[in-house]
Amino acid sequence: MATKIYPTAQAALAGVVFDGMTVMSGGFGLAGNPETLIDALKASGVRNLTVISNNCGADGFGLWALLDTGQITKMISSYVGENKLFEQLFHDGKLELELNPQGTLAERIRAGGAGIPAFYTKTGVGTVVAEGKPHETFDGELYIRESWLKADLAIVKAWKADTAGNLVYRKTARNFNPVMATAGRVTIAEVEEIVEPGELDADAIHTPGIYVNRVIRCTVNEKLIEKRTVRPRPAKETV
Amino acid sequence: MPWTREQMAARAARELQDGFYVNLGIGIPTLVANYIPDGIEVTLQSENGMLGMGPFPYEGDEDPDLINAGKQTITQLPSSSYFNSAESFAMIRGGHIDLTFLGAMEVSQNGDIANWTIPGKMLKGMGGAMDLVAGVKRVVALMEHANKAGVSKIVKQCTLPLTGSACVDLVVTDLCVFNLDRHQGGLTLIEMAPGVTLAEIKAKTEANFTTSA
Repeated sequence: MATKIYPTAQAALAGVVFDGMTVMSGGFGLAGNPETLIDALKASGVRNLTVISNNCGADGFGLWALLDTGQITKMISSYVGENKLFEQLFHDGKLELELNPQGTLAERIRAGGAGIPAFYTKTGVGTVVAEGKPHETFDGELYIRESWLKADLAIVKAWKADTAGNLVYRKTARNFNPVMATAGRVTIAEVEEIVEPGELDADAIHTPGIYVNRVIRCTVNEKLIEKRTVRPRPAKETV
Repeated sequence: MPWTREQMAARAARELQDGFYVNLGIGIPTLVANYIPDGIEVTLQSENGMLGMGPFPYEGDEDPDLINAGKQTITQLPSSSYFNSAESFAMIRGGHIDLTFLGAMEVSQNGDIANWTIPGKMLKGMGGAMDLVAGVKRVVALMEHANKAGVSKIVKQCTLPLTGSACVDLVVTDLCVFNLDRHQGGLTLIEMAPGVTLAEIKAKTEANFTTSA
């Protein structure tokens, strides 16, 4: 069987990238972003990207880099605050934006990976989100129809992978990554550690390897904190 | 004397019941966690994929992989669990969360809420707010009663783009508490901050309301 392990992000992107493609990118805030692959996409010079991601990075971080180079033409997101460049590009008409409720975004991606073209949800009924979408009543309540999302490429960040492509995520860095891994025509995972089969507990795999085509070890892994919030440590008790 | 933000959070916390699964929005709602009444245990859900949110970490113990939906560093409890975003919103949309506290820019007398955008002024996105108001069993809005210019934020009809329609059950402002009947519509004043008069509330409330306070 051909190996899924690639030596570099550049090698993993070879033959996958083309102008006008749709890319899903995992992450919530600064947690769980495929930073190495985003850098490699930037270096590839690919243009006219539609990017599906909950956020679009933050000032100077993550997908922000692809906004900065003008490689993104459309974003499909739920929250794009704390990103001055995003706001500026949007107001200048240089960036198209489709806002989705976060749960609808996650479920559209899940549906894309699961082969479900559409589903009904109560989220957004009576709001701008419902405009132009089919409505239907179930058990006396009104719902709107939302459709699946799929991508030419999904880039995800996991904690560990084995050589079969099985993935384990860490804490809230999991977020959108597992659903996006299922919805890419090609899925590339960048991980902090690559281990041999058997080293991950088969009962505790988050993303089964079938969804993962290529794996690299991350080289950019800044682990930044957006809002460091702490409480004072209690004074040491003397015994 | 109007309630402070802390006092509003403390009043809102009285809506908690033992065993509740709860989602706290950003802003004043986050403060509710500091006022959970004695003898009541609740489990806090964070929509980025965690049940059982612990307190903020001690300095030096921050973990960049462990944040809440407001991007703040938090901690794990022995009972915590992590899950992906689709699973997180299945909990929310599927009616498994008992209560959510949310900030609001406008609430109308029929229970509509607007809290995600000001056209032309604020480009951020709705995040999980629309899912929360659509799916959580009970929705409590926490907001200033009027804006800085004194204009009521408790309105007959929202002018800002809605987050959800007919979905709010209770409104806690700095002046008072309103009950909302999300099925029949209708706002009922049930409590006033100490020293606040009915006349003041009437003067600062655009919406029609009845009173049981």
